[in-house]
Amino acid sequence: MTFDVERVRADFPILGESYRGKPLIYLDNAATTQKPRAVIDAVSSYYETSNANVHRALYWLGARATDAFEGARVKVKRFLNAASEREVIFVRGATEAINLVAHSFARPRLQPGDEILVSHMEHHSNIVPWQLAAQAAGAAVRPIPITDAGDIDLDAYAAMLGPRTRMVAVVHVSNALGTINPVEEIARLARERGVPVLLDGAQATAHVAVDVQRLGCDFYAFSGHKLYGPTGIGVLWGRERWLREMPPYHGGGDMIREVKFSGTTFADLPNKFEAGTPDIAGAVGLGAAVDYVTALGFEAIAAHEEALTDYALERLRTVPGFQRVGEPRRRGPVISFALGDVHPHDVATVLDMEGVAIRAGHHCAQPVLDRFGLPATARASFAIYNTRAEIDALVAALHKVVELFGR
Amino acid sequence: MSDLDALYQELVLDHGRRPRNFGRLEHPNRQAAGHNPVCGDQLQLYVDVGDDGVVRDVKFEGKGCAISTASASLLTQAIKGRTLAEIESIFQAFHETVTGRAQPDEERLGKLAVFQGVSRFPTRVKCASLCWHTLMAALKGADAPVSTE
Repeated sequence: MTFDVERVRADFPILGESYRGKPLIYLDNAATTQKPRAVIDAVSSYYETSNANVHRALYWLGARATDAFEGARVKVKRFLNAASEREVIFVRGATEAINLVAHSFARPRLQPGDEILVSHMEHHSNIVPWQLAAQAAGAAVRPIPITDAGDIDLDAYAAMLGPRTRMVAVVHVSNALGTINPVEEIARLARERGVPVLLDGAQATAHVAVDVQRLGCDFYAFSGHKLYGPTGIGVLWGRERWLREMPPYHGGGDMIREVKFSGTTFADLPNKFEAGTPDIAGAVGLGAAVDYVTALGFEAIAAHEEALTDYALERLRTVPGFQRVGEPRRRGPVISFALGDVHPHDVATVLDMEGVAIRAGHHCAQPVLDRFGLPATARASFAIYNTRAEIDALVAALHKVVELFGR
Repeated sequence: MSDLDALYQELVLDHGRRPRNFGRLEHPNRQAAGHNPVCGDQLQLYVDVGDDGVVRDVKFEGKGCAISTASASLLTQAIKGRTLAEIESIFQAFHETVTGRAQPDEERLGKLAVFQGVSRFPTRVKCASLCWHTLMAALKGADAPVSTE
């Protein structure tokens, strides 16, 4: 199937918006993606035709809602190539998924002196949950070093894996540098030593095909809203044998078999980890998002985004003072950069006046910016609906920044 | 004047590029640190207040955007030789101006009126005010670092 960006754009109503007479040029896709009509319609259609609480209603509408919710789970199962739907836990997002694993999986296994390895390029959401678990147990979180190019130092990583390593948690695609990490290799090295691996896929699922069997990890976390789906819904995938062993994360309705004051027994997977009424409409929307990207195909998506990123890099080099942060071996459609001495916030404000939305700041990944000695960077991140003309507008706006601050 | 030109006026760009009173005071008797966790900006403010309550000297150091650097630079010029009561009055006028709650009171603000343009950029108000919150903490002897959050 050929990739027609104009047809893709027509699927995203928000791209018709403008402000102060300038059309929206949305280049902050690593923060969140826009939503196609199919996702918006799936959510509203759920509320218009199927809304009821799931799992226990004894009437037809409840069955319809349950079918819609569980149907979304089947779609996610296929999307990740999970072994069964029981391995697909709906959560609020990647952050909650990682907290769940840190709390219910890692923490009970940790002894004083044990170690959890995370990379130096992690988002705070793949650092802090492990710190909380480690603190409670007297264990330590150790950063796997990265190179100046922004790649994980695999030799250093292999050397760090030791008898005290209880967990490895690494980002699949970096939100701050764009690095696509060799996660298969990272998982293989851990597996050889019997160490479980969690991959943070928040930045990956919109750009690369994810097959958890091939990746060889134990847990995979992602958020719906970075995959053209709604906010407030995400997924934790875990191997069934681990999920069975793990105690529940939240207690409440829907996650129990029988509640007595003398003791409560818990529901089977996946319900054990889904206390309370879930974000049913969100799950339905996520299912629609999965259908949407699957129909486009990851080969076509990657080809479009790679061509766009190459073009952007080529054009950005023409901007005086442009300096890319991180030149990893493999990268997603994310470009972090500095522009001479101009502070990234000033860059973002000038771009905003031109209708170009980018991010400026530490990208919730302070350790990696510290690593490069920067308090902040500007970041442009692309998606399926971005065009070369939008890159041209970005470059033109950056020239305006140079003009304003260079005089 | 466009919103952007109103924000980045020549005076702001100049002080952003070449901040005045930048550096450390040898013997400050008041100091405080400010931090904007959203952008990672850090600011250290050193103040020397005389027995008569008048600011004898003030310097700052740190890293920030053009707005926050220019604001700190112009702050140092505005408060030298002023009493705490006068400074509080200037801060109040400044705050009302950058948040768009009042037209700038030129008499109290002097050069600081240049920050009127910030009011059109709600996301940048914190950049302009960080140094002022830090100053107030320094003058009132607060120990904890000031955060914009």
